[in-house]
Amino acid sequence: MEILILLLKIIALTFVVVLPLVPISVYFERRFCAVIQDRVGPNRTGIPLTLFGFKKDFHFFGLIQPMADGVKLFLKEDFTPAHVRKAFYWLAPVLTVAPALITVCVIPFGSPISFGDYQVNLVIADIDIGPLFIFAVSSLTVYGITLAGWSSNSKYPLIGGIRSSAQMISYEISLGLSIIPVLLYFGELNLGKIVQQQADHGWLLLPLWQDGHLGLPDLQSALFWIPACIAFVIFTVSIFAETNRMPFDFPECETELVGGFHTEYSSMKFALFFMGEYAAMVIGSALVVTLFLGGWSIGFGLDPWIQGLHLGSFQFGGLIHLAAFVVKLLIFILFFILVRWTVPRFRYDQLMKLGWVIFFEAALINVFLAALILAAPHLTSAILAISAVLLVVVTAALIRVAKVSEAKPNILRV
Amino acid sequence: MPVVKLQRPKLNFGEKIYFGALLKGFFLTMTHAIKSLRGKSAGADSLASSGLGVTMQFPEQRWDEHLPDYYRGAPTLVTDEQGRERCVSCQLCEFICPPKAIRITPGEIPADDPWAKVEKRPEEFEIDMIRCIYCGMCEEVCPEQAIFLRKDYLITGHNRAAMVHDKKKLYEIGGVRTGLVNKWNELK
Repeated sequence: MEILILLLKIIALTFVVVLPLVPISVYFERRFCAVIQDRVGPNRTGIPLTLFGFKKDFHFFGLIQPMADGVKLFLKEDFTPAHVRKAFYWLAPVLTVAPALITVCVIPFGSPISFGDYQVNLVIADIDIGPLFIFAVSSLTVYGITLAGWSSNSKYPLIGGIRSSAQMISYEISLGLSIIPVLLYFGELNLGKIVQQQADHGWLLLPLWQDGHLGLPDLQSALFWIPACIAFVIFTVSIFAETNRMPFDFPECETELVGGFHTEYSSMKFALFFMGEYAAMVIGSALVVTLFLGGWSIGFGLDPWIQGLHLGSFQFGGLIHLAAFVVKLLIFILFFILVRWTVPRFRYDQLMKLGWVIFFEAALINVFLAALILAAPHLTSAILAISAVLLVVVTAALIRVAKVSEAKPNILRV
Repeated sequence: MPVVKLQRPKLNFGEKIYFGALLKGFFLTMTHAIKSLRGKSAGADSLASSGLGVTMQFPEQRWDEHLPDYYRGAPTLVTDEQGRERCVSCQLCEFICPPKAIRITPGEIPADDPWAKVEKRPEEFEIDMIRCIYCGMCEEVCPEQAIFLRKDYLITGHNRAAMVHDKKKLYEIGGVRTGLVNKWNELK
């Protein structure tokens, strides 16, 4: 019985909620970027109803377009060039998609639903090391891209693969470090419990309610809002860098590198890369929403009431929360798309400098700041003052060292 | 001085942080998106947009009203207001047509016809619309003002044979054209 429920959860949550979000985000990308650019985007790919005897085709607002893309990529000729290292060439796309989909299993999609007294958590694996698991598994994506670049045995993919792997490992540091204040605040790593705490005491970025009614937080939580915001910014930008998405998409930009690491790939393998990129984007958004924006919680004191809704003995509040989670996810994906079509690409050295010099130091300082704020009630005021001063001094020193060690531009005399 | 080397401009702190520029960028793209959704993009009315951006959604909206006067569509043969087919099968258009899309078989006007003095008219006149490049040279070179390019551009067919316009079809889409020089009329 347990196994059946687990299987049902895996199928429902991965293949019915997350995997369809990939073509939906492709559709939104094309439509939203078209609207930004004063165009229309795909709006005619419908189902040919005239083939079934109806009078007119219905265009479905172009929602069939991702399906048409999928069918096209499936039916394309799957060509393996002769000069590639076959084993790694075939392995690489799988290594890009699979980790992104595996990380779905620790994300809480909704509050628990219950049939009578049998409770079902809307998480596939309710483990106590949520974010750690996600970072560990998504690091495998680096392997996928590097192998793709290297096994293609060609200039442009190699450069794209190397750049991408360097970029991804650089930003994993700030990814992990920026999360630490959040974990310090909640005191645990179980994503389900983190979201439950946010539902009860206010989202991390919007702490406006307590225990079912609106109300402002106490001084400590209010002060903690500052390192939380810094953590949010660093984490979001690092997620952009991890998923190779603009403005960090140097490894796959078309203007410099033909196709980057996926130049030599065609049809289904290319489709897997494509899907892997969008799946990573969906998972990244899910993580940001879970940790900073309250996950499935609707907020403003409504959550306990929603959890109490029931039809007889079937409490279905969790499904409403699931819908809220998907809506938040879609809004964040739209934000990803907006950033892609607004911000020009960073130059590679600027990108590396941002990851190693600026975000690394900022995330470190943020950890100490958050620790200071959280430990403040337990420290004597003398130690508190000394620590605060020390923090300011160290920050200033870091900034000064970064500025001084910048390469001086040569004044050129003509 | 052939080469001028420029110094990078010094950025102040606000510009280096880049968040201000990012927010301005988001503002710009979002206002573009909202304007486009409301149908108020710049140039929407002059380009006859469909209400989303500046795109004219083709089969539902066409730009037939906005075609300029000099637009070159499909070539056609015309009859004049006296009911005479103006083409005399001189084959000048066939000679000048760059992709050789026109094929003419000249024929004789019989002696008992009211227009016998014209002496020639085409027996067969075919324009292969797949070859036609709509250049308008046939219209330019015709000494009889018989072939004109009209404004239709949607020439389609199910097979190659259907895309060849024969004489009947050409006169059908050409119609009657008034105001031409009727040089074969009797002198007053």
